Parts: sequence; C-alpha cells; structure tokens
Amino acid sequence: MSSKAEILNKIKQSQPNLAAELPDLNVLGSDQFDVLEMYKTVLRNIGGNPIEVADYSEAIAYIKNNYPLEKRIITTIPELSEIAVLDWTNDDPHSLKDVELTIINAHFGVAENSALWVTDDILGQRVAPFITQYLAIIVNKKDIIPTMHQAYDRIGNQEYGFGTFIAGPSKTADIEQSLVLGAHGARGLTVFLKD
Amino acid sequence: MSSEKIIEHSQAATRFNKDVERVNWHDETLWFVREKRDKSAHQIPDWELLRETASQIKNNVLANMHDYLSDFEANAQKNGIIVHWAADAKEHNEIVHWILQKHDVKQMVKSKSMLTEECHLNDYLADKGIEVIDSDLGEYIVQLRKEPPSHIVLPAIHLKKEDVSETFHEHLGTEKGNFDPQYLTESARRELRDTFLTRKAALTGVNFAIAETGEFVVCTNEGNADMGAHLADVHIACMGFEKLIPERKHLGVFLRLLARSATGQPITTFSSHFKKPRDGKEIHVVIVDNGRSTQLGRADFRNSLKCIRCGACMNTCPVYRRSGGHSYHNAVAGPIGSILAPNLDMSKNADLPFASTLCGSCTNVCPVKIDIHDQLYKWRQVLVKKGHTPTSKTIAMKTMATVLANPTVFNLAGKSGRFVMKNIPGLVNNKMNKWYDQREMPEVPEESFREWYKKNSRESKAKKDE
Amino acid sequence: MKVGLFIPCYVDQFYPKVGIATYELLQKLGCDVQFPMGQTCCGQPMANSGYQYLTKGCDANFIANFSDFDYIVCPSGSCVLHVKDHLHDEKQEDLATEMRKKVFELTEFITDVLKVDHIEGSFPFRVGMHTSCHGQRGLKLSQMTELNAPFFSKPEQLLHNIKGLDLVSLTRKDECCGFGGTFCVTEEAVSVKMGQDRIKDHESHNVDYITGGDMSCLMHLEGILKRQKSNIKTIHIAEILNSLEN
Repeated sequence: MSSKAEILNKIKQSQPNLAAELPDLNVLGSDQFDVLEMYKTVLRNIGGNPIEVADYSEAIAYIKNNYPLEKRIITTIPELSEIAVLDWTNDDPHSLKDVELTIINAHFGVAENSALWVTDDILGQRVAPFITQYLAIIVNKKDIIPTMHQAYDRIGNQEYGFGTFIAGPSKTADIEQSLVLGAHGARGLTVFLKD
Repeated sequence: MSSEKIIEHSQAATRFNKDVERVNWHDETLWFVREKRDKSAHQIPDWELLRETASQIKNNVLANMHDYLSDFEANAQKNGIIVHWAADAKEHNEIVHWILQKHDVKQMVKSKSMLTEECHLNDYLADKGIEVIDSDLGEYIVQLRKEPPSHIVLPAIHLKKEDVSETFHEHLGTEKGNFDPQYLTESARRELRDTFLTRKAALTGVNFAIAETGEFVVCTNEGNADMGAHLADVHIACMGFEKLIPERKHLGVFLRLLARSATGQPITTFSSHFKKPRDGKEIHVVIVDNGRSTQLGRADFRNSLKCIRCGACMNTCPVYRRSGGHSYHNAVAGPIGSILAPNLDMSKNADLPFASTLCGSCTNVCPVKIDIHDQLYKWRQVLVKKGHTPTSKTIAMKTMATVLANPTVFNLAGKSGRFVMKNIPGLVNNKMNKWYDQREMPEVPEESFREWYKKNSRESKAKKDE
Repeated sequence: MKVGLFIPCYVDQFYPKVGIATYELLQKLGCDVQFPMGQTCCGQPMANSGYQYLTKGCDANFIANFSDFDYIVCPSGSCVLHVKDHLHDEKQEDLATEMRKKVFELTEFITDVLKVDHIEGSFPFRVGMHTSCHGQRGLKLSQMTELNAPFFSKPEQLLHNIKGLDLVSLTRKDECCGFGGTFCVTEEAVSVKMGQDRIKDHESHNVDYITGGDMSCLMHLEGILKRQKSNIKTIHIAEILNSLEN
C-alpha cells in the first residue's frame, strides 16, 4: 500500500541542490526582563491566575479556600494527599471524566508566554490536565526561564512519551472572535509559583 | 465535490460584497487580528531575526527533505509510531480508512487538519459509512452547516453569532435567539465532551514533525486534539511532508512565531509533543505528498512549502478581508492558498493568483518569509504561458504590446483616441464600463504632458530662440 | 547631472500637471532635466497581467530613450519598481542592469541622490498621505507597519517644511487602495470596496486632500471621490512640493 519509495525518489529529484546551512540559535532569546514579573503578567493576560506560595501547605490552603473539596480532586504530588487523591494513574482515562480539579507539577515555566512544560512522568495520565474542569500547576520560582530558546536548551534530549506546554486555560474565539475560556479543556488555570 | 462548478474568485467576491455590513464586519474583525499580531510581534526585539532564522531553517529543510524524512520515519518507528506514506489525496484517504477498518471503528473524532480538508477526507469516509465529527469549535460549526472552513486558523470567521445560534438551535437544540458566545461555546463543549469520551479513534493534524527525535507537535487553544488523542485507542496524525523540521530545539523558533503571527497570542494554549503511544495504544502518522514533491521541484514556487499555516497572510490581505475565504474555492484560502492551489490544479485555480493587488503585505507578515506576492506575480506568468487565460485578453495584450513598443504608433493612438485610457489599466475588452460602475473617469485635459513639454520645456524654448 | 524624466503613460495623457510639477521641481533643485519624446510605457500593465513575455518591445524602447542619462526619475513608485525589477534586454543585458540601478522614484531621488531633506513651499490644508504599496513595500520609500523596525518616510520627510500643511495620522497607515492595475476592473467589487474604505479613513481624519506618490492609486481614489461627490480632492506629492512660486 505504501508509496514511500516513489515519494522519496521524487523528493530527491526535486529538492534544491543548495548548501542551506542551519542558522545559529544562540543569538536568540537574550531578551532582558524580570522573569517572574513577566511570567505573572503574561499569565494574567491569557486568563490564568498566578499565586505565589512559600510551600505546599500554602497551596493546600489556597485550594481549600477556592475549590469545592467535595468534588473529585486528583494529583500526582504526594504532599497534596490531604486534599487530593493519588491512586488514579492506572485507571481507564475515561474514568477521569468527573474530575473537578487536577493538580500537577511542571518541570519549568517560560516567562515570555507563561507556558509550563509537563511530561507524562509527572502527568499521571496524559489526559489528566485536559479532561478536568479546572487545572492547577505548581512550579518553582527558580524554574522560570525567559524564552522558548532556554526552554528547549533545558529539555535537551529529555526522554518522554508525551510532553506539552500549557499556557493558560483552554480557550476559543471561534464565535465572532469573542474570547471564551473553557473550550474543551480546563476552564481555569491556577499556577502556584513556589519559593 | 470535485465535480462542482467553480465560481471564480471575482464573481464570488462580487456576491460577498453585496452585504456591505457583513463585509465591513469581516474586514474589521480580521484587521483586529492583524493588529493583535503587530502588537505581539513588536514586543519581541528579535522578531525580524526570528523570522529570518525560521526562514533559514525551512530552507535547510527543503534542501534536505529526503534525508530528514527518512530520519523522521526511522526515529518515529523506534518510538513505536506506525508510519504510512500517501502519494496523493486518494491514497491518504484509503490509508485512514484502512486503519479505521482494522480497528472496526465507525465513528471518529477529528481535530483541525487542513490536510484532511485538502483531501476531502470527511466526504470520503462518509461514503464508507464512517462518521467524522470535527471537534475544533469553528470546524464543528461549519461542519454542521455543511460548509468548508473559510480560514485555516479561524474556520468560522465568515459567520456571525446569530448564524451560529441558528445552527446550534437547529442541530443541538439550543435556545432560539440566544446569541451569547459563552452560552453557545458551553453548549458545544457539552455536546463534544460526549463525543471525546466515546470515540475509539482520533485524527489530528501535525504542526511540526521533528526528524531528530521522530516526535510531532500539535498546537491547539481548545485542547481538542489532546482530548481526542488521549482518550482514543488509535491516534492518526496526518501531515504534508513539508511539516518537517530538523531538530527539537528548532521548535523554540517556530513556537515563538506561530501563535504570535496567527492571533497575537504569545503561544497556543497547548503545544503537545507526541513521541510514543500510550501502552497498548497506537499512533499512526500518515505522510502525504499530494503534489508537494512537484511544488518542491518548481524553483520559483518551492518556498511556499515553508508555510507553517499561521494565517497571518490572510488576516493582513485587504482582498481576503473583503472577499471571504470561500471565494478562493480551495482548502487553503488567501494569499498562501493562491500560490499553493495552482500547483494542485492549474486550470481550476487559474483565477487565484490574479485575486491580489500585489501589495506585498502578506510577504511582510509571513513568519517564514515566503515571497508570497512575488510568487503570485510569477504564477500569473506561468498561467498565461500555459494558456489558462482567456484568448480575448491575450489578443488585447498583444495589441497593447505592439503599440507601446512603437512610439510613433503610440503617439498617434494617444492623440486620436486616448489609447492609454482605453487600454490601461488593462481593460481587456477595451471597455471602461467596469471602471465606471462605481468610479468617475479622469477628466481629459486640454493637452498631454508631452504636448505641453514641446511648447514649454527649456529645450524647446532654447530651440525657438535660436 | 543629466536627468531623464520618465512620465507614466497615463500621467502624460491625463495628469499633465503632475508631469509639469515634477519637471519644474527637478529644475528648481538644479537638475538638467529632459523628457525623451519617444517614451511610451514601462510595460507593467502587461507584466502584472501575466504577459511579461510581451514587454520586450517596451523594454527596448525604454532603453533607447533613457540610456544616455545619469539618472532616470519618475513620479510613480509603481512604474519605477517595475523597471527596477524587470527591465531586461537580451542584446545588451549589461546596459539594462546598469539602467535598473539608475531609475528612481521622485521623492527617493530627492532625499537619497540630491540629499535634500526638506523643501520649502506652502500648502495650507489638512492632508492625508496615501502610501502606495509598490513605493513603500517595493522601493522601501517608508517603513512598513508589518515590520518590527524604526519608522521613516522619505515622502513625509519632504513635506515637513511645507507651510500650513497639516499631515494627519491615518488609522490604517499603509493599507492598499485596491487599484492594482488590471485588478481594478477584473476584481471590480473588491477594488472599489478597498478604495471606499481607504477614503473613509481619510474622511474620518477630516482631510482636504489625499496626496501620494502614485497617480494610479490617486486616479482610482479620485474616481470614487467624484462619484461620491466628496469635497476631498487628490493631489500628487510633486504638485505640493512644487508649490513655491519662482
């Protein structure tokens, strides 16, 4: 069924015979700004909610005050076992359909766009940050980096099956360009910036 | 679908312009997106360098496409991804159908993929008894209305909330007359959540495929690609082969450019990197040619394959904003569509490179620096040479060429009948009526410049004095 | 400095005053200006319609008329861009290449070659500048809003010392007017709509005049203005720059 050989052959004949060198990326991303302030500003602008906390207990306190604890809250962070369950990571992903809040860690955050890098080893399940009604992500303040160039330097050859940058809550503007938060994924995103 | 008669761009645009309010709204809404893009781009000091860098990376990809594709396949297979190759739209559709049949799937959820629009996959699968539901809100709306998307990033930008409300009332039973975008979006969310939870197969597009690692990246704001892919047993990702980039770190460049160019956002909400399937599940990648290797061989036009589908050229195009995406009768509309479409079918799309004033704004916003307006110009030359323009136009042009090459004839023609006004600007049938429909003619002065010059120039005065 | 005056065919026949203003202005600025009588048209109308292969005769005629000059100057960015991009002659390609470098649009000739950064004159009106795409994005006569780059404008710079001239800042600073050569008739609906929208922008800034460096754009806008019975008038920038009486 495959046309592989035919396609590759045609490409070989068609592609330009040019020495088109790859550019140097090191000259990019030297933008100077206060990364933490930039991170918070950008996150607010795209509908997210930055909260600075000293430790996990402050995050727990915030969640207790702002989310309905009687609903299903899941996490992959053992320190949060007081308010969220941990034993869901091997379940059928469809069973997460009634999750109200997912709380996960991020490897790092990017100031220029407020994106947080997460991979399946800290997600529990790939669908967890998407299927939930609300999402909270915890990231260390020291792990906020300026731009996407530093982000990929940091990712390097990291091994993962799945990884994603998450920047703000799920959104759409497909009806008359009116912004609506909560298209298919989480309706809201709180980012705990931890000392 | 393909047997439908094509309505030429100018004719469709004339129809679109009958509703002035709608045109104004369409123009202003897309201009607003262009302004958001400007604001966002102008905040990045390195912006122009980023564009240049992206352009160079893509040039490198075009020159090494064969090897990068081979690398990508090998690395993807190492990751446990199943790779397929499709020479054309038909083979692409057959492969997707074959995968679905193998898993006994009758219903599939799909996130945005312009490639599947190009291949008319939905119609193909419908004929085979397979139901496809588009999950991107804009695509979902146009699918319910049995329309194609009119914009690659904003599929329903030709519609107003009243239209959406009407459509949802009819298909989803939403409250009649409730136009609130929040309410309408919430209704679609509820409806589609059930779809995500019950589909065994999900199809997505691909924004970037990385040769070095064999992974691919899908960008969405809604999270619909992820909702589909992570809940399904089978994830099918379809890509034109030009989606390739060499290394993972190059994503830093493209992800900085893509969303800023598209909507002015600093990045899409989700930029998901798929490297391996979940345990016991499958990821299939279908690599599609469908004319791309031909385009790669056209030296003047191969740069069009650098496109990352941000839609910035559409938002900035003064013609697109005032004619609407459907007037381009091609899956990809606007300036970029007009240089891609003739490669797919010259005679069907011969009108598109002419649907431009060659103003060049598209080239300036393009994040990978495709010389779009120069390619429009070059396609015009090709289309004329291949005989895709009306004979009457060719005859008129030949007459013009003869007169303009001969000053004596030109001067006679100018005097006797104002040759220029009859023939320029290029009035193919020597009829000024189209100009005159909504514009007055310039007044004819008593003498032409050259007549004045003969009498009044320093040279002629000096001659008289001799 | 011998300057060959290159006057677009439609300017010759319909806007002689623009040719006269250009001629007089260049003379005031000290140039030895001549208008070669055998010139016709640069060939752009054919080339932009896809018939560039028919423009060889135009090219040959252009070269025959203008090869003797130090500079070729034209009050139209569009025609200049066409010559700069497309003037060729198989028999004397070196000469054609040389000439492509010698052709200048009027305002860039004044600022870049004559090194004149302002011109005295008087034009006591509110004026909107229509930036022609070929002059701006093609010849880079002014900065383009799409780019993240510092502002400049060669034509606007020249207007700064014109007494009484009140230059407005448009909402869409460099949107195309929709003329586009044959586009203005083959895509009549969009062309006119684009022109109407440009005019609305100028109207909302209460201009008396719309000026610009390309009479083709202005001819299109003028056609719409007159049909609308508008009080706004069009005027080529050469006419404003030539407003100082000798």
